Amino acid sequence: MNNVERTQTQLVLRRFFRHRAAVTSLILLVLVTLFAFAGPLLWRYSYTDITDDLSLPPSPGHPFGTDLIGHDTFAQVMRGTQQSIKIALAIALIGTVFGTLWGAIAGLYRGKLDFLMMRLVDIVLTLPLIAVAAAVAAQGVGQSQWWAIAVVLGALTWPYVSRVVRSVVLSLREQEFIEAARALGAGNVRIILRHLLPNALGAIIVSATLAIATGILGEAALSFLGVGVQAPDTSLGLLVSINKDAVNTRPWLFYFPGLFIIAIALTINFIGDGLRDAFDPKQTRVRR
Amino acid sequence: MFAYLVRRLLAAVPVLIIASFLSYALVALSGDPLEPLKLRNPPAPQRTIELETARLGLDDNIVVRYGHWLWGVLHGDFGESVQSTYDIGANLTRSTAVTLRLVLVAMLLALVLAVFTGVLGAVRQYSKSDYVLTFTGFVFLAMPLFWVAIVLKDLAVRYNKATGTTVFYTIGEKSQGYDELSPGAKVADLAGHLVLPTIALALISYAAWSRYQRAAVLEVLNSDYVRLARAKGLSWRKVLVRHVLRTALIPLVTVTALDVAGILGGAVITETVFNWNGLGRMLLTGVARGDTDAVASWLLLAGLIVVAFSVIADALYAVLDPRIRHE
Repeated sequence: MNNVERTQTQLVLRRFFRHRAAVTSLILLVLVTLFAFAGPLLWRYSYTDITDDLSLPPSPGHPFGTDLIGHDTFAQVMRGTQQSIKIALAIALIGTVFGTLWGAIAGLYRGKLDFLMMRLVDIVLTLPLIAVAAAVAAQGVGQSQWWAIAVVLGALTWPYVSRVVRSVVLSLREQEFIEAARALGAGNVRIILRHLLPNALGAIIVSATLAIATGILGEAALSFLGVGVQAPDTSLGLLVSINKDAVNTRPWLFYFPGLFIIAIALTINFIGDGLRDAFDPKQTRVRR
Repeated sequence: MFAYLVRRLLAAVPVLIIASFLSYALVALSGDPLEPLKLRNPPAPQRTIELETARLGLDDNIVVRYGHWLWGVLHGDFGESVQSTYDIGANLTRSTAVTLRLVLVAMLLALVLAVFTGVLGAVRQYSKSDYVLTFTGFVFLAMPLFWVAIVLKDLAVRYNKATGTTVFYTIGEKSQGYDELSPGAKVADLAGHLVLPTIALALISYAAWSRYQRAAVLEVLNSDYVRLARAKGLSWRKVLVRHVLRTALIPLVTVTALDVAGILGGAVITETVFNWNGLGRMLLTGVARGDTDAVASWLLLAGLIVVAFSVIADALYAVLDPRIRHE
């Protein structure tokens, strides 16, 4: 018997690193991220380079082949992955920060304010996310920057986060330590920032992780509908969408970027699953 | 019960009105639909631009425009399109019929898949089949819908080519000479065109539902009343169907109703891949034209569909769980 004292964070990390699928996913995701951000510095072609090799299938010189005008698909997938990850992170950040504050305030104050705030959440949830994003984003086509897409999708992601945070806060606020904090004279701002949010951190991190996966898929869907990232820039969604008619003739153009989308979303979902188990051992399925 | 449902519907009215105002304002304020006309070369006559501005009410402020549109919608007039011959109301009715067919069949298929895989995963928890089902679910959860749809379409085209037949329809929601077909052939034609889009949409939707279903079944399986039912000597099958499944369906109903908006969005994408002329095309043309009235009507209808499903879900709770009775 060795009783080592462990902090909450250490416990969470220990549980997370026991989740085999989550750890494998984390390693894979780190590799994909390195590929996207460090790869372009090392690779001999840039995503804008036009080579003399037209429509070549994958070969040692062009691991992912080339397209009709000679773009190196490997370089394009690197750039696309980079842009997609950037957009997805921004979506998750915007959605999580805004959603967390919204949910925490609604849950803490309850009453009329909570009712009004949650009706607004209902309103956003009534609308098909992709349709609204398409309607808004279409107007900015041409000058749309990657962050504009992130703002639009982030603005539509927060209701999900705020619902989760609100329900956590609703149960936390009734507990004694909040009452104690209040008795000691803590104001609402302090209670939210110092007491409620740290305790809701697990739920927030999990929903943020899942928001990244939603973000990757959302960006892909928008780019497919022609209202996402615009050429000459590129993203994984745009690459798949541009090459959708090549699926039969030059399948490498269609399948490689698609596989990267799936790899990113899949690993993130597994990591989210692992984090959920790590933060909330009550829900954990017994792992032996 | 009935009164409760009517009250639920009425409570949704303010939500819908605000949602439609927000979407109306978003579209209206984000661009000038007459820009193509103004930038045309040779330039359009000033008089034409003035007339179009007046017809579309572009000079009014946004609240007046919205009020005008909403008043019209309540009287069955869905407003004016930038393209003056385009009848928004007629297109909305026709497209809704097309798209609801896809959405309903896909949801039904996804529900069947979710219940089946969820129950199987829970009953055989931690078995090989549970792990395979879980992993498959995660993979579908990670796939972009349009990617799945394009792959399915490509496979179908290859199969058709290889066998020299048209087993799978890959383009459109019906065949070209549809109107001349006999009633029986019409149904078969529509069903044939539904196959691939439905599979694509259902595969993407079932995975999340299956996770909920599995969790719900697991919870019920560990409850006392299931143990009691077994102890009374009821057969395993009977316990599973009569006692476990019925209770475990309640969370699934909630999640399904919440996901309707997402499925409508998915239908837009699926329809685009398979060249359907439904709500998807209507939305995208409206958006491209900057057609405020058309896009706002579209979103209002989508909101109505979502609300309708949440009311249906409420009614289903009472059917599934005798403890829930809406007074």
